[in-house]
Amino acid sequence: MKPTDIAAPDYFHKVVDCQWACPAHTPVPEYIRLIAQGRYSDAYMINWKSNVFPGILGRTCDRPCEPACRRGRVEETPVAICRLKRVAADFKDDITQRLPRPSAKNGKRVAFVGGGPASLTVARDLAPLGYHCTVFDADAQAGGMMRSQIPKFRLPDSVIDEETGYILGLGVDFKGGHRIESMKALLAEKYDAIFVGSGAPRGRELDIPGRKEAAANVHIGIDWLSSVSFGHTDKIGKRVIVLGGGNTAMDCCRTARRLGGEEVKVVVRSGFEEMKASAWEKEDALHEDIPILNFLVPTAFVHDNGKLTGITFQKVKAEYDAKGRRNLVPSGEPDQTIECDDVLVAVGQENAFPWIEQDCGIEFDKWHMPKVDPKTFVSTNPKVFFGGDAAFGPKNIIWAVAQGHDAALSIHKMLSGEDVTERPLPEVHISSQKMGIHEWSYDNDISNDKRYKVPHRDKVIALKDIRTEVELGYDVKLALGEAERCLNCDVQTVFSTSLCIECDACVDICPMDCITFTDNGEEGDLRQRLKAPSLHPDQDLYVSSDLKTGRVMVKDEDVCLHCGLCAERCPTGAWDMQKYLIEMTHAGSACPTKSRSAA
Amino acid sequence: MTYIAKPKFHHPGLKKNELGYTHRDYEGKISTLCAGCGHDSITASIIEACYELSIEPHRVAKISGIGCSSKTPDYFLGNSHGFNSVHGRMPSVLTGANLANRDLIYLGVSGDGDSASIGFGQFAHSIRRGVNMTYIVENNGVYGLTKGQFSATADRGSKSKKGVTNTDNAIDLVAIALQLGATFVARSFSGDKTQLVPLIAAAIRHKGASFIDVISPCIAFNNHAGSTKSFDYVREHNDAVNRLDVLVGRDPIAVDYAPGTVQMVEQHDGSRIALRKIDADYDPHDRLGAQTFLQKHAAKGQIVTGLLYVDPDAEDLHEHLNTVETPLNTLEADTLCPGSAMLDKFNASLR
Repeated sequence: MKPTDIAAPDYFHKVVDCQWACPAHTPVPEYIRLIAQGRYSDAYMINWKSNVFPGILGRTCDRPCEPACRRGRVEETPVAICRLKRVAADFKDDITQRLPRPSAKNGKRVAFVGGGPASLTVARDLAPLGYHCTVFDADAQAGGMMRSQIPKFRLPDSVIDEETGYILGLGVDFKGGHRIESMKALLAEKYDAIFVGSGAPRGRELDIPGRKEAAANVHIGIDWLSSVSFGHTDKIGKRVIVLGGGNTAMDCCRTARRLGGEEVKVVVRSGFEEMKASAWEKEDALHEDIPILNFLVPTAFVHDNGKLTGITFQKVKAEYDAKGRRNLVPSGEPDQTIECDDVLVAVGQENAFPWIEQDCGIEFDKWHMPKVDPKTFVSTNPKVFFGGDAAFGPKNIIWAVAQGHDAALSIHKMLSGEDVTERPLPEVHISSQKMGIHEWSYDNDISNDKRYKVPHRDKVIALKDIRTEVELGYDVKLALGEAERCLNCDVQTVFSTSLCIECDACVDICPMDCITFTDNGEEGDLRQRLKAPSLHPDQDLYVSSDLKTGRVMVKDEDVCLHCGLCAERCPTGAWDMQKYLIEMTHAGSACPTKSRSAA
Repeated sequence: MTYIAKPKFHHPGLKKNELGYTHRDYEGKISTLCAGCGHDSITASIIEACYELSIEPHRVAKISGIGCSSKTPDYFLGNSHGFNSVHGRMPSVLTGANLANRDLIYLGVSGDGDSASIGFGQFAHSIRRGVNMTYIVENNGVYGLTKGQFSATADRGSKSKKGVTNTDNAIDLVAIALQLGATFVARSFSGDKTQLVPLIAAAIRHKGASFIDVISPCIAFNNHAGSTKSFDYVREHNDAVNRLDVLVGRDPIAVDYAPGTVQMVEQHDGSRIALRKIDADYDPHDRLGAQTFLQKHAAKGQIVTGLLYVDPDAEDLHEHLNTVETPLNTLEADTLCPGSAMLDKFNASLR
């Protein structure tokens, strides 16, 4: 193998698995260290810069970082990264002084369709640069789906108000209660750029017999949730069936429990394991006495002259074909009818762009989705950008934020007369963490620590009021314990070939047997000859150039604990622990020296 | 010295031996030696050899004297018996322990000061008696604990870190061990674990006095230009006569050497050593030849490493003394003291 090029920012970025997995690439270990030091405001600002909604995401994020967490590869559970983010938000001081100031306008006007996470992120990046940002939303307040679809017992309004407020306070013009009905009309207003962040606002229908007749008691999940959020709906029948296995279904069933639903059941077509909902959301539903019934396909709404009485289900089982694809086939058992008073349908969301006219220069593909460049987020109309669920279908808030940053960069580049496809490299700061002969500036004394549970409010109290937040968040002591579980994967093991005397001290001390000195070879061959088996070929090998004996140093990055014992035991300083702080370049960041093509 | 403890975590894919232990289970405390010390590599090699042989840790007694090397038993086999004796007295303590309990595996760990100076006589007598043990000398040619004076194994003409030239002749412990009748004699280098680990494993399986001289660079006081025990010098002058694999019981180790170049040596306990010759003229069963070979190469400034001599049919001290199979320390009082009637009978036989 060729010597690893550690100057390429992606190499060490990948080693920080959580940051690499995060769509917005939040520097996770950096803010967790700050939490451990009690510097909550600093931790909050790192998050705010990167993911814009730390308090909201700290409660609701889908946490792509956690399955990637290295702690989860050496112990059962990853670090509770998401809930630590909330800690930063909960314990911070007043941070308003640290926010960018509304700046003098540069004369360029940008319109936003929809006031959800994607649009607000773009506005957050552009407003401080002097753009005049106007956000249109059909609802009276900003937040989009964060406000309308996420139940208040998971995400209180106060948190949404605070974090959307920080953005609107940058001089962003918010036009609430103003639905954009025509793209053509909007284009006619001669904005310099338009960003469409209108989400995926339509709940998928379930067109089976009885749907029309029983319509009074069959509700579309996301519509029903927003109706509850805005106080238009405040009760539901005693027996409720929720159809669907995603996170919306979990929100529906838990909301139903709080509006009078006594026997609430979730029914899914697939198996329990394959459900789309996050494991912790399923857990929370089960904890609130909501059974989840699986392998049942709804075939008809049963009604008595228009009054819903139940749903008939066909029983199915999973069969796998030669390619490993799953098919649900009838199990042959008799159908089952489950009685109920109300049904919530949460079987998916769809995009809908009835307001974009055919002749706006915005092309759509065969799935009726706008043709959007996945890196620059520009549509076929060079002035119109898409982001969030509106661009590529329903995903999570953190994806909307990540896409918002990229779209903001594109808009800024376009309006500065630059090539939109030239994307700047992330900014990387490197510094050795050695403080003295045996002193390192980070906590490298690693121990086996189980994940700390986030305290929950007592179930009896929690179920009484839909606005009472269930999760209480970590207190300072628990937060410190959990923060210490972080392995500091951003403090990298950096090897200098010229200093190495091949004494084997690092090989002998490494608790994870990550380091091997051996003859060079092709990657597949090298992976066979490592001191400990290479379990994850997607994790890189760090290979040195040729050493004095002709061998090379090979380090499997997979389960390195970043304990620094290799550097501690190295007599010549050939190993050093260096912190790589990698920050994504956003619109208006200081001029990056290098850039890469979007292609 | 390192203050942070080695984390208990280990690689999730770590292999286990027949006893279900990983090599991490054979570790001891974290080393307090200087970073980069050759002794730590020897420690790692002992750990590896014991792991590979699936040795039950409680069946090992590790005994040492004084010096950097003699500190190392604290860093391996944390669940074994240990005795840190006075300076140079490891061989006596080991001999006594071996006489009392012949069932344990004895690992004597010593250094060049401990064995070639203050304990030279002790070393000699334990070897000539054929005590069943593995005697490892971690040989760095300097007194590291007292800041780097020449030891008795430092080569004549080699330079100290301060530039002083050694004018005394060196003691070659391997030559002495051969001369005194050790039945397993080897030399290796701490920077070459592929050679060292099987040598330690074979020595542990050998019945009789096994002696391994391991050149182990002192990173603080003997790893400079002019030293003959530095990483660079040993790597440049290393003349390995053979490489080996230890085959124990049902271990299906594939030996992929070309036929004719491999010599199989079956030891007393049925284990086999697959010996790959590197030097075609070298015969590890010829004690006299080995001594000549060693001296010839030493004169040329070469350091001969590998398995230099082995007598697979060796006898040990217990056979010489004709002691009972049962360890003496487990014999009950009535066996040890059969009573006055038996004494009278015995005395009568002598009258």
